[in-house]
Amino acid sequence: MSSPPRTVEVTTRARPLRRFLRWESLLAIVVAVVFAGIASVSPYILDPWTLSDATFNFTEKALIALPLALLIIAREIDISVAAIIALASVAMGLAAQAGFPTPVLLAVGLGTGLAAGMINGMLVTVLHVPSIVATIGTMSLFRGIAYGVLGDNVLKSYPPSFAWFGQGYVFGPVSFELVLFVVAALVTAVILHRTIIGRRIYAIGSNPTAAFFAGVRVARYRFWLFAATGLASGLAAILLTSRLGSTRPTIALGWELEVVSIVILGGVSIAGGVGTIAGVVLAAILFGLTTFGLSLMNVPGIVLSIFVGALLIVVVSIPAIARRLAWPKT
Amino acid sequence: MKSFGRDLIDSRETGLAFFVVATFMAASVMFPSFASVSGMLDTLDDTSILMLLAVGQTLVLLTRAIDLSVAANLALTGMIAALVNQAFPDVPVIVLLLMSTAIGACLGALNGAVIWSLGVPSIVVTLGTMAIYRGLVFVVSGGAWVTSNEMTPDFQEIVRVQLLGLSLMSWLAIAAIVLGAIFLRHTVLGRRLYLVGGNPAAASSLGVSTGATQFFAFTVSGAVAGLCGYLWVARFAVAYTDVASGFELQVIAACVIGGVSVAGGVGRIAGVALGCLFLGIIKNALPLLGLSPYWQMAVSGLIITGAVILNARRDRASHGSTLVTRQA
Repeated sequence: MSSPPRTVEVTTRARPLRRFLRWESLLAIVVAVVFAGIASVSPYILDPWTLSDATFNFTEKALIALPLALLIIAREIDISVAAIIALASVAMGLAAQAGFPTPVLLAVGLGTGLAAGMINGMLVTVLHVPSIVATIGTMSLFRGIAYGVLGDNVLKSYPPSFAWFGQGYVFGPVSFELVLFVVAALVTAVILHRTIIGRRIYAIGSNPTAAFFAGVRVARYRFWLFAATGLASGLAAILLTSRLGSTRPTIALGWELEVVSIVILGGVSIAGGVGTIAGVVLAAILFGLTTFGLSLMNVPGIVLSIFVGALLIVVVSIPAIARRLAWPKT
Repeated sequence: MKSFGRDLIDSRETGLAFFVVATFMAASVMFPSFASVSGMLDTLDDTSILMLLAVGQTLVLLTRAIDLSVAANLALTGMIAALVNQAFPDVPVIVLLLMSTAIGACLGALNGAVIWSLGVPSIVVTLGTMAIYRGLVFVVSGGAWVTSNEMTPDFQEIVRVQLLGLSLMSWLAIAAIVLGAIFLRHTVLGRRLYLVGGNPAAASSLGVSTGATQFFAFTVSGAVAGLCGYLWVARFAVAYTDVASGFELQVIAACVIGGVSVAGGVGRIAGVALGCLFLGIIKNALPLLGLSPYWQMAVSGLIITGAVILNARRDRASHGSTLVTRQA
């Protein structure tokens, strides 16, 4: 797990080449190529409404990927995000069944997500459980509670006004989910790249001990990053539940793989200290395009996961291969 | 020099053993059938696959890596074994057994090769291969199930063969534990796993390759997963895409409860065996409480989380307090 921090940039003397080889530029090129490929196979994707449909493939996952990217940059990980969605969705479903109006349902969804994230944060920062182990535990706990409460039942007594969040459009084919994602991405990018909070997150990820002695409250930062990831999972639960109109305990099963894949694809180093929000956003778009394109070609969902897995390994290997090509045997 | 008695009291395995015995006693008081010889043998038989996989995972964790692909590997090799059995019923079971182990070893070696040659973190690689192997189960089977009436009787019977009162599966688990313990304690390669996980820089100075050692650990973990693929399908007499879905987390939980550190270099097979027994007892006792299967998932999730927290605290105490938490 811990490995030498990898640098994304390949050191070469030529500046333009270096800029060209930035992770984000590479991702942007891949996105363009994939888009052109899909458009040549199926021109339907050029329709604004089809494009709008395609965004639903990644907006909910990408919303979680944003705070998770900060968490991974700070050298932690959370693989309970999909289980938090299930838990928050069940909580909302029960509240809806009890007859609560839409604003209460939103509060329940966000509150459940936040509370679950804070539990993860407590386990890691107060009880000092390694984050992968802690979130493996809470993943089975949260998903288990969802199963325990629901069994093989379905909750679907959501009020009509609740449907807007996952199905509504702000103007034309621009969905509420997409607007929310763009706003969240901008806010996260400003926090990470333009504020002292962001610099401290990088500092924690690059060298937690040095950050600690430099006066950064490492544990507090990590705790709130876990809380933010939980909150984003609660938000994703609202959008997904609203889009589907029902809650089953299997909701968002296996999403943790896809969310973590988006973050890693985006050039965030699992060893901490490296990554940008632009990369994560591009990776989310690439992920959405690829899965949407393959589903246009009638590839079954489980086979899609082969592509996601292969994409993850190939993309993560690129810097290592590039390094090897840049310095053949030092 | 500490005395043997002092050592025994201090060791984490002793504490864990008390815990396991206490859990067992509690279950036995509530349900007398649990304490019967046949009840105990059933629990052991039921825990065998977990034990086998946990021994393989321990080797990987000791080298400061993690293998998340074991359950998907198990599902893929199990499906291939079932399909071969369905298509060629004349192939003897022992050949299928060896074939499953070999396929599993190849899948594990693939993980190890990527990690070794490219230096990509194992968590990322095995997260990827987990999805790939699971997807391949669907591809090779076309999404169809292979059920018991499509398998030969031999294929299903061999795991139920009794030797000296124990099932073949139980014997395999016991063999894995004994061999694993001897390997880790008394062979050079076994000690190298600790060296590589405990201090990679020192290992490199001593001329021990971290990549090659991890490659070995992943190959063994894969081979064990492949063997378990056959065992799982034969035991439950069904193969389908979602076989053992999520089981990798139980395997890792058993290792962590057994005292293996996810930061590498720390852990013993005796502890892992106890960790598996603990989970096995819980799993076999919960249905007797009359809980619905769905609530059993929640309760076992709670118990796993609790056990992991307790363990992590002990882990920290045994390493002395540190200003900044160690990294997973």
